Formats: sequence, C-alpha cells, structure tokens
Amino acid sequence: AVNGMIKYEEVVIDNCCMMFVKNPALFDVLVMPNLYGDNISDLCAGLVGAATLVRGIALAEAVYGSAPDIAGKNMGFECLFHEKFGKSNCFTAEWCSMLRHLNLHDKADLIQNAILNTIAEGKYQTADLGGKAKTIEFTNAIIDHL
Amino acid sequence: MGGRSIAAGSMKLKGMVKHAIGSGRSVTYMPRPGDGAPRGVTLIPGDGIGPLVTRAVEQVMEAMHAPVYFERYEVHGDMKRVPEEVLESIRKNKVCLKGGLKTPVGGGVSSLNVQLRKELDLYASLVNCFNLPGLPTRHHNVDIVVIRENTEGEYSGLEHEVVPGVVESLKVMTKFCSERIAKYAFEYAYLNNRKTVTAVHKANIMKLADGLFLESCRQVATKYPSIRYNEIIVDNCCMQLVSKPERFDVMVTGNSLRFSFPPQNNDMNNVTPNLYGNLVANTAAGIAGGTGVMPGGNVGGDHAVFEQGASAGNVGNEKLVEQKEANPVALLLSSAMMLRHLRFPSFADRLETAVKRVISEGKYMTKDLGGVSTTQEVVHAVIANLD
Repeated sequence: AVNGMIKYEEVVIDNCCMMFVKNPALFDVLVMPNLYGDNISDLCAGLVGAATLVRGIALAEAVYGSAPDIAGKNMGFECLFHEKFGKSNCFTAEWCSMLRHLNLHDKADLIQNAILNTIAEGKYQTADLGGKAKTIEFTNAIIDHL
Repeated sequence: MGGRSIAAGSMKLKGMVKHAIGSGRSVTYMPRPGDGAPRGVTLIPGDGIGPLVTRAVEQVMEAMHAPVYFERYEVHGDMKRVPEEVLESIRKNKVCLKGGLKTPVGGGVSSLNVQLRKELDLYASLVNCFNLPGLPTRHHNVDIVVIRENTEGEYSGLEHEVVPGVVESLKVMTKFCSERIAKYAFEYAYLNNRKTVTAVHKANIMKLADGLFLESCRQVATKYPSIRYNEIIVDNCCMQLVSKPERFDVMVTGNSLRFSFPPQNNDMNNVTPNLYGNLVANTAAGIAGGTGVMPGGNVGGDHAVFEQGASAGNVGNEKLVEQKEANPVALLLSSAMMLRHLRFPSFADRLETAVKRVISEGKYMTKDLGGVSTTQEVVHAVIANLD
C-alpha cells in the first residue's frame, strides 16, 4: 500500500472548470460524480484538440457519445462513426486499449504508432482535426502506415 | 519657447493615446429632471477578497463624484441567515453591490449567496465574458453572455439521506421558472442587439427536467423571429467553448450550465439551467481572461444585486487577502453595469473606459493577470485614467 504518497485535494466544480481552461497542468487525476465527469471529460477533449483523440476506458467505448445531431449520415465502422466528421481516431485508439487488455501488446503498439504517424504527417486529417479527409481516407492512411 | 511647445506636444500626444480607447462622445443622454439625485446602493463587503474589492469600487465612485451613496452592511458566510435589516435595505434601494460570501463546503449549511438570490427572487444571473485588449488569451473575439436561471434546478437545496450511505438530491424544474428565464434571455438579446440565443441542456439524459426547460425556450423563441435560436448539449458545449468560444453569443441555461452558440457569429447569448450555468460561466470566464475580470449581476422583477461575474474559487485565497493583491477589475466592471442599470450611462462609460485603459496599458495588473500590482495600485491607476 502506498498511503501517504498520493496527494489528495478537493476543488469546487466551477472553480475547477475555470482553473482547467487557464492551466490544465495543475491537475493529474480527477475523480468526480457522473454529470461533472461527463462535462469535464468533454472539456478536456476540447482542450487537447478533439474528442476523437481522447481515449476512454469504459469497455473500449468511444468517448464522444452518440452525437445525435449527425447520426445516420454515412455510417463508418460501427454505428459510432460518422463519415461527415470522421471520428475514426477515437475508435481505433479504443481498439488499442482493448488489444492491450487482451495482452496483444505488439499489435496494439503497431496500430498506435500507425495512428500517431498519420496524424504527425498531417496529410490526411479529418474535419475535427482541422483537415478535410473522410473517414475512409484517414483509415486507409493508417493502414498504409502499418 | 522650444520647451513649452515640446511640453505641449507631449501633452497632446498623451491626450491622443489616452483617447485612443473608448471616449468617443455619442449622442447626449437626456435625463428627466431629478434623475441626478444620488441613489442609495446597499453594499455588502462580504468575506475574503470582498472587502478589498468593494473598497476599490467605493474609492473610484468617490473620485468620479458618481451620484451613488453606499449603505454598508456586514454579512459573513458563517451566519445562519442573511440579516433581515440587510434585506430591508435592498428592498428599499432596489440595488445592491456585494463581494462574495464564503460558503462552507458540505455540513448542511445553505449558501448565503443562494439564500439572498432566493429571498429577493433574483431569478436571472448574468455573466459577460469577453476579451479585453491588453489581456491576450488563447482565443480572440470572445464575447459571451451567460444567462442562468438562479432559483431552482440543482440548486433547490433539497437533499436527504434515504438510508445510511445513500443520498438523494432533487433537481426541481418548473415551467414558470424556465419560461421567465427564457423570456429574460431573449429580451436581453433583443435590447442589446445580440444575434443568437443558445439553450444549454442535457435533455438526452434528463428528459423530463431539461425537456421542460427546452420546451419553454422554444415557445419564447417563436416570439422573437429575428433572433436565431439553437440548442446544445452541455458536454458538447464545454468542448466547443474551449475550442471555438467565438461561436457563442447569448447562452441561456437552467441552473447548471449555460451555453449557446450561433455558428459564424461572434456574439452569443446563452440561456442555461442553474448548475450548467455555473460551470459554463466559469469556463467562459477562464477562456476570456479569468474570474478576476468578468462582470456580472443578478436581477429579478424588483431588485438587482451586482457582484463579480464568476466565482473566485469561493472567495479567493487567504494569501491574496493578506497581501492585498485581489483583482478589483471584475467588481469595477460590475459596478459599471450597475451604473447603467441606475441610468447613469456616462459615469458607466467613464468607469469602463478607465478600466480598459489600465488593462490595455498593462503597467498595473494584479497577479492573476500576470502582473505584480496590489489592489490599491490598480485603483489609483484607474482613478488616474478617468476622463
């Protein structure tokens, strides 16, 4: 047991929101009830760039929810994908988490590196990352990088 | 001769620089006879940084010879209730300016800030978050007004322990309160030439509670066809707020969050239920420069209470109080809002212009804005910059 080595602090949620947008480096691990968690996790996602880059470990479920306003327009992978906004990133990253969970670490690393290289290259980026590629183009680029 | 013309030249230059910000005279405001009589304002210094920043406002008002006089009352967060004499004073004056009242966390004591709002039925809380020239932030063109329902929602204060270890907390939403906050948001947008009102909600989960709120907003929206209306779920709202805040204008929320954004438009009004409003307002404040600079107020049918827009982490920390380095800008801008509410527009303009000049010059700024000045130094700078 490592009691005493982890610092514990409490912060009121409205102050937390404000501190978050001014200096997110202040925080390490956050724990909070349901509704606040919903909002803060999306807030974090906005801060790092897009919901699609954030990985959630809720049984490998994509973090951004079901986006009811754009559902039904050209489905991608599963029903969590929307080609218009190409949120493929998040989902593939989830596959990595799942693969690690199943102890298939080398495969997970392969996919993760492919994703990171594709984003770093900057040639194929989906709309939420500032580019114009469709889901399928982005996915093909990831496959090329494997 | 040379010396005098150089001096005159530099005075002229100083005048030009001084007048570069604000200070263009618009068409004269024509008062009714007797409008210049001094108005009484109830002043509650409060806890923490409250006394420091309210003192700042008093000093600036005196320097301007503004037609307001303050009736000061001591209220502290550890009192059980807001004293009746304070409520009487606010009911008489109709206007109050206050610092924060420290709310104990947990412990079953209700917040005095919330109590005050409920007693006086100040059902609309307003926070204006905008970029100030001289205060660079990650985003530009931010100008968001968050209008938050102030009396119900998650702040109903109804909690009980069902069995040991299980607590139930009630969120109460009524058609009456949702309608009037929606009406206030659209009226605000209409009177302030705002283009969009956005309702922030979580109706996909809280179908009945937030659904009721949305229904009310939609009904009111039909009466203002020239104002664009849209809706956004609160979590998405948070995300959009930190990545593209310039899309928001006026947001209306129930007590929790307020967000709303109009696409391709720089100003937004958001209307939100209570808890969302609190979170949205603070996030927007952080985006646009911090809680030290955002003005706000609470208004109801009969009274108005002006205070700092977003909470200062309850009442700010002790170090700020000790070293007297609290930022008075937020309360100064709120007091400018108060002056407009009292129909003293040119005093409001002068105060706002002076504050904006000080920020833009960048010489006297408190720690939260990256400077080293004390509260008093900022106040002197503002007074020096008054027209």
